[in-house]
Amino acid sequence: MIDWSVITGNLPQYADGLWLTLQLTVLSLLAGLVLAIPLAVLRTSSRRAVFGPVWAFTYFFRGTPMLIQLLLIYYGLGQFDWIQAQWQASNAFWLIFREPYGCALVTFTLNTCAYTTEILAGALRATPHGEIEAAQACGMSRVTMLRRILIPGALRRALPAYSNEAIFMLHGTAIASTVTLMDLTGAARNAYSQHFAPFEAFLFAGALYLTLTFSLVGLFRLAERRYLAHLQPRKAIKGPTA
Amino acid sequence: MTQLTVDDLHKRYGDHEVLKGISLSAEAGDVISIIGSSGSGKSTFLRCINFLEQPDAGRIQVAGEEIRLVRGRDGHLKVADAKQLQRLRTRLAMVFQHFNLWAHMTVIENVMEAPVHVLGLSKAEARERAEAYLDKVGIAKFRDAYPAHMSGGQQQRVAIARALAMEPAVLLFDEPTSALDPELVGEVLKVMRALAEEGRTMVVVTHEMGFAREVSSQVMFLHQGLAEEVGAPAEVFDRPRSERLRQFLSGSLK
Repeated sequence: MIDWSVITGNLPQYADGLWLTLQLTVLSLLAGLVLAIPLAVLRTSSRRAVFGPVWAFTYFFRGTPMLIQLLLIYYGLGQFDWIQAQWQASNAFWLIFREPYGCALVTFTLNTCAYTTEILAGALRATPHGEIEAAQACGMSRVTMLRRILIPGALRRALPAYSNEAIFMLHGTAIASTVTLMDLTGAARNAYSQHFAPFEAFLFAGALYLTLTFSLVGLFRLAERRYLAHLQPRKAIKGPTA
Repeated sequence: MTQLTVDDLHKRYGDHEVLKGISLSAEAGDVISIIGSSGSGKSTFLRCINFLEQPDAGRIQVAGEEIRLVRGRDGHLKVADAKQLQRLRTRLAMVFQHFNLWAHMTVIENVMEAPVHVLGLSKAEARERAEAYLDKVGIAKFRDAYPAHMSGGQQQRVAIARALAMEPAVLLFDEPTSALDPELVGEVLKVMRALAEEGRTMVVVTHEMGFAREVSSQVMFLHQGLAEEVGAPAEVFDRPRSERLRQFLSGSLK
């Protein structure tokens, strides 16, 4: 029999957990995307000194589990005297790494940034060569071409692949609970340990993740309808609107 | 006034010399058709004029201003000043074989893009300009459509409007009808004919012999990287001097 009180009795914790999961997902996705755009441009450079460091960064963050990355940052950094000294000195930047929230956010941002960089770099490389020649032929500078033709085209082409990355990221934030954060998974573990009713506790968390996932899918579908209109089957062309 | 002068242009790919010294001079209002079989170097020549390909030797002047070139350390000719090249490219608008419209922009956005972001026109000015040229090529009602939703002929007319919106000194056409279905060729040629009649300076690489004969002020026949014959269309088409041109014409006019 399902014991509904496990859920109803812990609703406020679940609500707080849901809010924290949302924060971690949205903030890390946004920051990751903003960082990934310039990195993707560097990643597509033909010069080793330019693409090399970006390649190394994405190689590390895509090649290791996000849990390991989180543990490295959360537990690992404190091992260094230099960082301890920064904490003593109340250096605002390094203090981020003393809080589990800051560590989780940084880890998730870097992780999604690495994947997004590769997705965007692939989309940049897929720019039709003719579009580049057309931009050159009308006298566009390299910067204008990036800003007006290459990046807007690549962001659109990347959208379907990026929606998967966003969903993985939402699910990936579950590991925040391993560094004491009370996200949705953390709330579920808490409910479980209070009532020893794992099925109810985790099933409800799963249902909430499912709801979040489908909301995210819906948002991306709207975005695709708007930004990929040029790839969709044509609608009837209307006459002059004036 | 001379709008475009090309002097002794050379281009090679490895050991293969594609252009062996080609010159051309276009006065305002000239329509110069470049004909020749595939592999004769005619597209390469056109693409060297706006430096989509790097020529190995030669001089190019656009509206009286010479593109400054320097020899790089690897021995290849390079543009000395990227800013100057960008500025002169705005005076040389190009229409491509495969249209090369920007896929994520609507028709009117395609035409407004360079006037706003390269020439620095205000959005309102650029929109007015774009609408006038879209009207001229007969495509105004598609202004909010995306290129992928249009036929090749319509896309090419948008590409012509995009080139016109730069109000360039010279229009360069690189086989503008070669990628089109036969029944769509006419609509593009009609637009180009109208542009020639209003006195625009054009250099056209083409396989359309009817267009070259009726519209051009000058025809250049390229063969193996050399301008084998140059002259008025009546001369070139009716009194070919070289055997090569005679063969080419008998093959093309069937």
